[in-house]
Amino acid sequence: MTVIEPVAPILKPREKGRAWRKMKANRGSLVGLVIIAFFALLAILAPILPIPDPVATSWGAIRKAPSAAHWLGTDDLGRDILSRMIWGARASLMAGVISVAIAVVIGVPFGLLSGYFGGWVDQFIQRITEALLAMPFLITAIALAAFLGPSLTNAMIAIGLSAMPIFVRLTRGQVLAVKTEDYVEGARSVGLGHVDIMTRYILPNVFAPIIVQATLTVATAIIAEASLSFLGLGQQAPAPSWGSMLNVAKNFLTQAPWMAMWPGAAIFLVVIGFNLLGDGLRDALDPRES
Amino acid sequence: MATETRTPVLSVRNLSTSFKTGDGWKTVVRDVSFDVNAGETVAIVGESGSGKSVTSLSLMRLLAQGSSRIEGEVFLNGKNILALSEKEMRGVRGNDVAMIFQEPMTSLNPIFTIGRQISEVLIRHKGMTASEARTETVRLLEKVRIPNASSRFDEYPHQFSGGMRQRVMIAMALASKPKLLIADEPTTALDVTIQGQILDLIKILQEEEGMSVLFITHDMGVVAEIADRTIVMFRGEQVEAGITEDIFLRGQHPYTRALLSAVPKLGSMADRKLPTRFPIVDVKTGEAAEPIELSDTVEKGKTPLLAVKNLITRFPVRSGLFSRQTGAVHAVENVSFDLFKGETLSLVGESGCGKSTTGRSIMRLIEPTSGEVSLDGYDVMALDPVGLRNLRKSVQMIFQDPFSSLNPRMSVGAAIAEPFIKHKLGTAKQAKEKTADLLEKVGLSADMADRYPHEFSGGQRQRIAIARALSLDPKVIVADESVSALDVSIKAQVCNLLLDLQQNLDIAFLFISHDMAVVERVSHRVAVMYLGEIVEIGPRAAVFENPQHPYTKKLMAAVPVPDPARRGIRRGISNDELKSPVRGMDYQPPVREYRQVSEGHLVQVA
Repeated sequence: MTVIEPVAPILKPREKGRAWRKMKANRGSLVGLVIIAFFALLAILAPILPIPDPVATSWGAIRKAPSAAHWLGTDDLGRDILSRMIWGARASLMAGVISVAIAVVIGVPFGLLSGYFGGWVDQFIQRITEALLAMPFLITAIALAAFLGPSLTNAMIAIGLSAMPIFVRLTRGQVLAVKTEDYVEGARSVGLGHVDIMTRYILPNVFAPIIVQATLTVATAIIAEASLSFLGLGQQAPAPSWGSMLNVAKNFLTQAPWMAMWPGAAIFLVVIGFNLLGDGLRDALDPRES
Repeated sequence: MATETRTPVLSVRNLSTSFKTGDGWKTVVRDVSFDVNAGETVAIVGESGSGKSVTSLSLMRLLAQGSSRIEGEVFLNGKNILALSEKEMRGVRGNDVAMIFQEPMTSLNPIFTIGRQISEVLIRHKGMTASEARTETVRLLEKVRIPNASSRFDEYPHQFSGGMRQRVMIAMALASKPKLLIADEPTTALDVTIQGQILDLIKILQEEEGMSVLFITHDMGVVAEIADRTIVMFRGEQVEAGITEDIFLRGQHPYTRALLSAVPKLGSMADRKLPTRFPIVDVKTGEAAEPIELSDTVEKGKTPLLAVKNLITRFPVRSGLFSRQTGAVHAVENVSFDLFKGETLSLVGESGCGKSTTGRSIMRLIEPTSGEVSLDGYDVMALDPVGLRNLRKSVQMIFQDPFSSLNPRMSVGAAIAEPFIKHKLGTAKQAKEKTADLLEKVGLSADMADRYPHEFSGGQRQRIAIARALSLDPKVIVADESVSALDVSIKAQVCNLLLDLQQNLDIAFLFISHDMAVVERVSHRVAVMYLGEIVEIGPRAAVFENPQHPYTKKLMAAVPVPDPARRGIRRGISNDELKSPVRGMDYQPPVREYRQVSEGHLVQVA
């Protein structure tokens, strides 16, 4: 019954492991992956690497520039910066990733409910979200961390909760757009329930901007953890994190610039790494992109 | 009209356009050559992807420079415009050549008045003073037959309907008195009665101004009415060019013949009783198989499968500080009809007439305000959520846009199997078999199940959507403009598929469409809707051959018929706009009465 277009289409043979292959083809996301893997590996291997104790002070080696003995120099208490950087990677990466995970896991479902059902559910969730958004991110995080008590875990929870409203709003906005697509009405017309429609039709189609936002928020979270540490609410001294190192270093910018340089560079690299990876993930997970 | 000795206004020689892609240059228009003489209308016709729009954009050099390449020669009044600098080209655009586009809704700036947008062109390009420009603008608005032109000068685009906006666009194009007007699908987005008005207008203006028109369209009916000569394009190539009449009556290229035979013609069903398949033409030989009249599938006499009584759907209009309800859109007003097993009832009408809302209301995808709907034994209006879910096994829907009606993140197989699994109609293995079976049934192959929608063309996606709708073995399918977005040849195939499915499975269709010619082909009965009400309903032959209601007559007169003998006809349609179904709070819908014309043919008495 063909007029012009052949009915049986000639399709390209199906590739296996499409997402991974696409990911590999994207050089940027590979670089991101390598950067993150590098820091993650350092963080995991910290206990067995032949490096000095990160908290051992040495009055004889205060604020020494990088040298053969101390590759990255020493800080104001004579502690080895390389060692502190490696141990600090643990706190910083964890703070970044876990707090964003908390924000996503709580924020996305609320955004989904809010956008999908609309009406009073939406009003209720949005008013709370707006109240949270009205307070500066860091102030909320500090207040929550102070309320929960000083520890790295509580700092992560505090940061996660403070970052959550962004995800509620972002998800809701995306859901409102996707909700009007014909395929959502199509799902209703074949008799699917709300849960199926939300999880199988809406969520997969709103995920791309959420992934990107998440990678950007990792950066914010790492810096927020630094601020909390500075106030004594995050990583507890003398245990290191990049943020707390940066906070101390800012007092010695002219005398010992390396103290700020290394943690600054590390945060910069990790953030870039997450952004590149996020971009690649977004494209790789989309079946439309080939 | 055109004499051989005069130099053509536009002369295109060996035009090729390529776009830069990931793997080098891809040619999308190949070796196109044609002339447009003074005062002549030339149509470029083709389906999507044929390169017709790219051709027109190439002529105006409107393609992005780095990523496109135009070769060949384009002479405008003897001047090769492909050799001009970008600055010189700006002087050509909007001066010697003007262009109007498909979307009148987005081509005007919403924050300036209509008058200002036109007079600005005059002040900038013609060096007129503000008051001269105002006078000229009003003259132009009158020229495009906008009623009360001078009083509408200070109105904003949102106060104009789509058809009126297209008139404004034409007025703007005429401002510089161009020698050539390029019209790229100027009526495609408009309703059929409005389309008729705009076509009439273009013809009149062409006579008055003596300009040439290059008309780009996919609609053979429009071509037949407007074009002196026609160029048929297919996959980037000019397959045939000639006098319109020759193309239609003595087309040489098999593609031309295939395209023409796939075009539904209003009135072609005059001597047939039952829906008829579209004739299928072999694209290689151009041979057409005779269309087969189908056997009667309708089981009348028994209780109807779907009975709708006094259905009313209204949407509140809220405004003001406290969102008080200030009126209502009377989308569906007191609509009643029956649908029998194996029957196709078409709801036709123009945009905003409530035909889609009716379809959604009977499925309760939209909550109706009141009325009775009985469907396959269900009292639809009384169903709770669980009952409503069960109802879906009896009635399914196919949407208009195959590009948005499938979840892009779900494989085709999963999409088709999903309703079957969710309604617990069988095991996963049975679902898989069912999916394979359905894919074959709609003319695809079973091994396509693990592909994603983006891998398929529009027509194939629509087949997938149909397969999905069939997975619950429904008795009624609501097809909401299901073939409207498809190319002519694909449209014919999908219509044939729907007819075949009706033959084999005794499905009843509620076929919602604005396309009168398709409706004539596929329906048993037709209901014409206007402003939320059914104004005429009856057997297809009765409604089409003996239309009674003035609106039905107007609608039929407006449909362009692909018959070159009708070239130059004037419909003389008045400049009426579609009325709005928004009413105030105190509006009482009038009680309507219907007059029986013949057996089953009812018409609303005004």
